[in-house]
Amino acid sequence: MTDTLLSVQTLSKSYGALKVTQDVSLDVHEGQLHAIIGPNGAGKTTLISQLSGQLRPDSGRVVYAGQDITRLDMAGRVRLGLARSFQLTTLLPSFTVLENVALAVQAREGSSFRFFRPAAAERALNDQAMACLADVSLADRARRLAGSLSHGEKRQLELAVALATRPRLMLLDEPLAGTGHEEAAHLVEMFGRLKNRVTMVLIEHDMDAVFALADRVSVLVYGRIVASGLPSDVRADAKVREAYLGEEAA
Amino acid sequence: MTDVTRTLAPSRPRLAGRLKLALCIFAFMAVVPPVAHALGEPFLIVVATRMMIFAIAALSLDLILGYGAMVSFGHAAYLGFGAYAVAILSRAGVNDLFLQLLAGIAASAVFATVTGAISLRTRGVYFIMITLAFGQMAFFFFVSFSALGGDDGVALTARSTILGMPWLQGAEGMFHTTLALLVLAFAGLYRLTLSRFGRVLTGTRESALRMQAIGFRPFPYQLTAYVIAGCLCSVAGVLLANQAIYVSPAYMSWHRSGEMIVMLVLGGVGSLTGAMGGALLTIALEEGLARFSEHWRLGFGLILVAVALFSPGGLAGLLRRLNLTRDPK
Repeated sequence: MTDTLLSVQTLSKSYGALKVTQDVSLDVHEGQLHAIIGPNGAGKTTLISQLSGQLRPDSGRVVYAGQDITRLDMAGRVRLGLARSFQLTTLLPSFTVLENVALAVQAREGSSFRFFRPAAAERALNDQAMACLADVSLADRARRLAGSLSHGEKRQLELAVALATRPRLMLLDEPLAGTGHEEAAHLVEMFGRLKNRVTMVLIEHDMDAVFALADRVSVLVYGRIVASGLPSDVRADAKVREAYLGEEAA
Repeated sequence: MTDVTRTLAPSRPRLAGRLKLALCIFAFMAVVPPVAHALGEPFLIVVATRMMIFAIAALSLDLILGYGAMVSFGHAAYLGFGAYAVAILSRAGVNDLFLQLLAGIAASAVFATVTGAISLRTRGVYFIMITLAFGQMAFFFFVSFSALGGDDGVALTARSTILGMPWLQGAEGMFHTTLALLVLAFAGLYRLTLSRFGRVLTGTRESALRMQAIGFRPFPYQLTAYVIAGCLCSVAGVLLANQAIYVSPAYMSWHRSGEMIVMLVLGGVGSLTGAMGGALLTIALEEGLARFSEHWRLGFGLILVAVALFSPGGLAGLLRRLNLTRDPK
């Protein structure tokens, strides 16, 4: 068995009386793609936000590569190699595609307290950014403004930006949301290729994609993990069928 | 961060057009003295100097307001620090312009670091209010400074010297020094906005969340920009004191801070060229309309309403739509 890269231990968070995350524990193994599925409102995005550092849990621990990062902010986690993509795109619309990625390269390489030399003239930044864009097949859009991309292209760019931080673990929050059939197939193929390089936690509604990609699947219902295991086991689990997959079939 | 600045954000390819426009402005200003003499109206040189002093101040505000989405309502305080650096040092017998600039910049850096670090803990309208409060504190400090005339201000005995030479004494020396500093300020900020630092600042304006998600903590960058803007504005203050040969707390009142924001809105935020244009036009209108009628503020108000309604990007936005700064494809 491979090593545990991310270990979530009895994580809980409430908004008033609403328990959005209840006693969640799960282990993500290095090199695997771990999918988290669950019906709408199950608290999937809230969970990802606690893993990425955007939200603080009320109790429990998040351990990454043997280090307790529960109190570390998002920027600090990114520097440790824990990147996140967003469900709703948060790209910089007035920056070009290339600049969006180059900024992520800049974040981990060299000081950004440089005031005089134009960043656009830095070959090292641009070359690495172009390599990330090539990884997601977006190199031909490099000079376009990020705000002018199609929805599917924005999802690709999200991914390129996350890759540019050189992640060891990527948290992907519904990367296929709102994409067309063809775009989705394209992205799924891309995740398949990335699987060998990066460990991933994937939240997704598209069950075909989940069962095609995932090494392990956890099912989240009302903030609780109700099942966790190999895709085939989870698919067969009676509780899961009732809580979630049954709904889909109906 | 705020919707206003987001919609007004310039796109990269327009840079070349903006640079050309800025060069046109400099060229236009450079021919003012000979034209003024030819017209027999040397007073125009004084007006043009004032216009450029406020252009420097507006440029500095554009760095934080336009590029950093930090709407400071206390920016005039730094005009005051520069002006009082001149008044205090000249009283102590130090008339050298560079030493006065240094003192004004140092005082501004300290004030901006302390108040910026506190103000940046807030967002949106609270940021506006807290910067206003700090600006007013500085204002009332000098109002109660009776040794320097308090509310009435204080007249200087003479303008500053440069390397011991009285180059600022004449209107033209004052004019050319101001023009040189304006060009320097523009060139410096232009490079800065394209640098690594500028990218982080602009990126934070568009999405602080995104910046954190790629590993940046925005605070140190925002604070640095805030300090740079304060220091640059104090340079305008030093020039203002020299131009008027008089210093008063009125330079740093919140009306003045508001007027600087008006200049930016009129010219268009986040393009530097727009800030310059806005400042030049505001002072020109002030002088022109004031000659026309004592109720000139009414006319100026109407112009502002028209800009807000018909050209939300200010002058820069208007020119963009008229295709004068077309995107090079």
